Formats: sequence, structure tokens, C-alpha cells
Amino acid sequence: MTRRLVVLGAGTAGTMIVNKLRRRLPRDEWEITVVDRDDVHPYQPGYLFVPFGRYETEQLLRPRHDFVPNGVDLVLAEVDRVDTSADTVHLTDGTTLDYDYLVIATGTSPRPDQTPGMLGSQWRTSVFDFYTLDGARALAGALATFDHGRLVVHVTDMPIKCPVAPLEFVFLVEAWLREHRLRDRVELVFVTPLSGAFTTPVASEHLGGLLEERKVHVESDFLVEHIDNERKTLVSYDEREVPFDLLVTVPLNMGADFVERSGLGDELNYVPVDKHTFLSTQHDNVFAVGDANDIPTSKAGSVAHFSIEVFTDNFVEHVAGRPMTRAFDGHANCFIESGDHKALLIDFNYDTEPLTGTYPVPYAGPLGLLKETRANHLGKLAFRWIYWNVLLPGRPLPLPAAMSMAGKHPVDRTTEDTTKDTTKDTA
Amino acid sequence: MTTSTLAGHQFHVDEEGFLTVPDEWSEELGAALAAQIGIEMTDAHWSVVRFLRDDFAATGETATLRRVGARSGVPVKQLFALFPQKPAKKMAYVAGLPKPRGCV
Repeated sequence: MTRRLVVLGAGTAGTMIVNKLRRRLPRDEWEITVVDRDDVHPYQPGYLFVPFGRYETEQLLRPRHDFVPNGVDLVLAEVDRVDTSADTVHLTDGTTLDYDYLVIATGTSPRPDQTPGMLGSQWRTSVFDFYTLDGARALAGALATFDHGRLVVHVTDMPIKCPVAPLEFVFLVEAWLREHRLRDRVELVFVTPLSGAFTTPVASEHLGGLLEERKVHVESDFLVEHIDNERKTLVSYDEREVPFDLLVTVPLNMGADFVERSGLGDELNYVPVDKHTFLSTQHDNVFAVGDANDIPTSKAGSVAHFSIEVFTDNFVEHVAGRPMTRAFDGHANCFIESGDHKALLIDFNYDTEPLTGTYPVPYAGPLGLLKETRANHLGKLAFRWIYWNVLLPGRPLPLPAAMSMAGKHPVDRTTEDTTKDTTKDTA
Repeated sequence: MTTSTLAGHQFHVDEEGFLTVPDEWSEELGAALAAQIGIEMTDAHWSVVRFLRDDFAATGETATLRRVGARSGVPVKQLFALFPQKPAKKMAYVAGLPKPRGCV
């Protein structure tokens, strides 16, 4: 009898999965269906550059069906809920899809509705986001006329997708203001719910100076409770206030609402999974891959990419009734735009902090880790082509899923002053 | 990793003073850790700390502020009153759990 695999979400993870699994699962034994609400696949890393007029829309959007291979059904519909007791997906148009195995790959989305006042009178007037194409475009319009005042870049709460993007935006807007001879007339503030812009010791040691050099004030441990639209002010739970003339915020990120309606999610609608295999902790025939799950690493395309290498091998073993033999190590890497046509590259996993060194070829690079270089910036720009032409179609990219330590230098921290009373720092 | 001694308890800590072996924690040690950062434990503090311990045992991760607010019955606003300025870090520190994760 034919077995049925249903994949919810045809984004970065879902598209790679159906491409890879269609090649691995015999067509006479497996039907594969992928569901998405629309037929537009955005290149989300490009949104960062839209406020600065660097991309045209057509460079960032492609039809989803272009990336869905023959032998996979693409269903355009909204998911109402998953009935895990009956192994059925209910769509909002009333139709149902039965599955033997389900993969949830519906990602995470910005939810400005979750913070009181964010969608108030100032929304898209002086309050903007750049994690949606509409928001990024509206922000481009606002930046074009912004010539003085307080520009506040704000993160509502973690986790967010592409967690360094807000910092990259700070670096890019700072360079942009200098280019337009406005830097002296603008006060730049970075507001974060974390204890600082960088929270791992290695990253703060190497990168902490970047904000100071650029005269960006950091407001840390700031968890926004509401936005006061009249006074154009962010107000935190502990009643601190950050006024703004232009606010660029990253709204709370949440998984899809159907996850919650199906009883599959945590408090942010992420699906709890085993962090090495992505198998649901509740159901033996449900996986969640990409941003939709709760693994303790960055929500990012690079994680989805490295995850899927591991996932497809494991899936084939699991459906054959064999133990899954590969374990994801949390490998992530990302380019960090630092302005002035330079970028940094970082590489890390569950157990290893970001490292210095070179990537992907040990000792040769060409990309320098944790260093601002022009090669890294060009690497970031070139990645868009790789995404459309290599990654989504599931073609092999010669980057191993598991992190290698060759050519990378664990930062020597034994010289640090360990006698310092850090308890006070903690508190 | 270093060893620290407080109120007659020996335990392993990271460079910021967070316990690295959750099993070395006890409520008595929790109260002593709280005193270190100027917090006197009340029933309200304990209900939060016990939630964090139970949640960590179930999930293997330190709960975020939002999760504590959503699942423990103590609203986020009150968490800031109980553990001022840096509730996420302070709660984890008192509960003997790893510091909540950031990214870089």
C-alpha cells in the first residue's frame, strides 16, 4: 500500500525536504504532498537590504511551484488543524489530507499584534518592521525622509528568526546615515531583551567594540510591555522608557497558530522535538523541521539547511523501522553585515561558541570568521543565487552538516581574569 | 569550571557564577544564592523557582521569561518586581540552572 508523507509549509525547510525526499522515497511506494497558503516564496535574507533600496521585489520573490519537483503535490490552502489521533490534516476550505508521516515546516512569523500599542496609530508612520516585505518597503520610504532625531532599533523578545539581523540593520543604517551626511543629527539606540547586544563571551569580546565604535547606545534587559503611541515611547515591564522618533522593531516571533490549535505547540507555538532528530516529543510519526521547532539554536536558513541533511537520512531510516543514526549538532553559520560593504562570518553549534578562523576551507578561507572583510560581504550577496539555484532544489552544497573544528581557533580564554566577582555582574 | 562554596554547600559554577550541575542545587542553597544578589525569598519567589526547576527537569532548558509568565501563573510584570532588573538571569541563578540562551 502507498504511504503518504504530508509536509506543511513550502518555505526554506519544506521545499528542501520535498526535493530531497522525492529522490529518496520510491514513487510507487510514497505519495508526497506539500501545503502552503500561497504560491510566493520570498528570499527573506534580502529583506534587510530593502530599506536601503538595494533590491527590487522581483529579485526576492519566486513562485513556490518552481521549486516543487515532479511527483510532489503542491496544495495551496490554509491549515486549520492537525488531528494527530486520526493522522489527518484539516484545511480551512474543509478538505482533509490523511498522512502516515507529517512534517511541520511552517516556520515562525512576526506578530506585532502580541505587543499592546505596536499596531497603534504610529504603525507604519513612525513604527516599522523589516521582517516582512511590506514593512521593509514602508521603512525605505520613511528612511528617505528621515533627517534627524532618535532612531531606535528594537527586539521584542527572543527567539527571533535570523537573530543577528537587528544588529546588521544597526550597522547598515549607521553607515547609510554617514553616507548621507546625517550621522551627527541622529541618535542611534539598540534596545534588546538580552543582557547585551552580544551574550556569548567570545562574541562580546570580538564584536562588542563594533557598537561602541559606531556610537550606538545599547539599552539592555529591556522587555517591552507596550508602546505609547502618543508619546512615541517604548515602555518596559519594569517601567523604563525609551522615546523614539523612528522605531524599527522586530515584533514577537511565533510559530503558526494551527500548531497551537492542534495541541502541538509550546507557549510560542513551536513544536517540541528531540534536538538531534526533530522527531516530535509527543508523536512518533510527526517531525518539525526548520524554524517551526523548539531546538535551542538560531532560527535561520543555515540551521534549516544543515538540519535537513541530517533529517532526510534519519527519515528514511525511521520509516523503514530502523533506528535513526544521525544526530544534528546545532550547526549554524551566518554572515553579519557590518556596513561599508563589509561583513563578518560566524560559525557555531550547540556546544561551541562562535570561533575565529577561516571558512569553509581550513586555513585558506576565503571567508574570515569573526572578522570584518569585504569577501564576507560578497559571500553574503552571492548567497541569494546559491539559495535559488542550489539550496532549494536540494542540490548538494559542499558544506558538511556537522561542524568541523579544522582551521578554526577556539578563543583562548584562560588568560581572562577569573578572580572578578561576576555574581554582581549577573545580578 | 570552578568550584564554589556557599552556606556549607560545595557546587560547580561557570564563569558567571551559574551552577553547572543542576543536581547540586537544594532549596537551602537557592535561598543562599538569592541572598548573594540581595533577594530575600518569599512564597512568591519560591513558586517561580519551583516552576523553573520542574520545567527544566521536563524540557532540559531554562524557561524564558515569557514561558514562566505564560505557564507558572506569575505574570511577567510581577517577575520584574520579584527579581528586579534582570529577572531571567536572576531566576536562573537562584534556581541553579544555566543562564537562558542568547545567540551571539
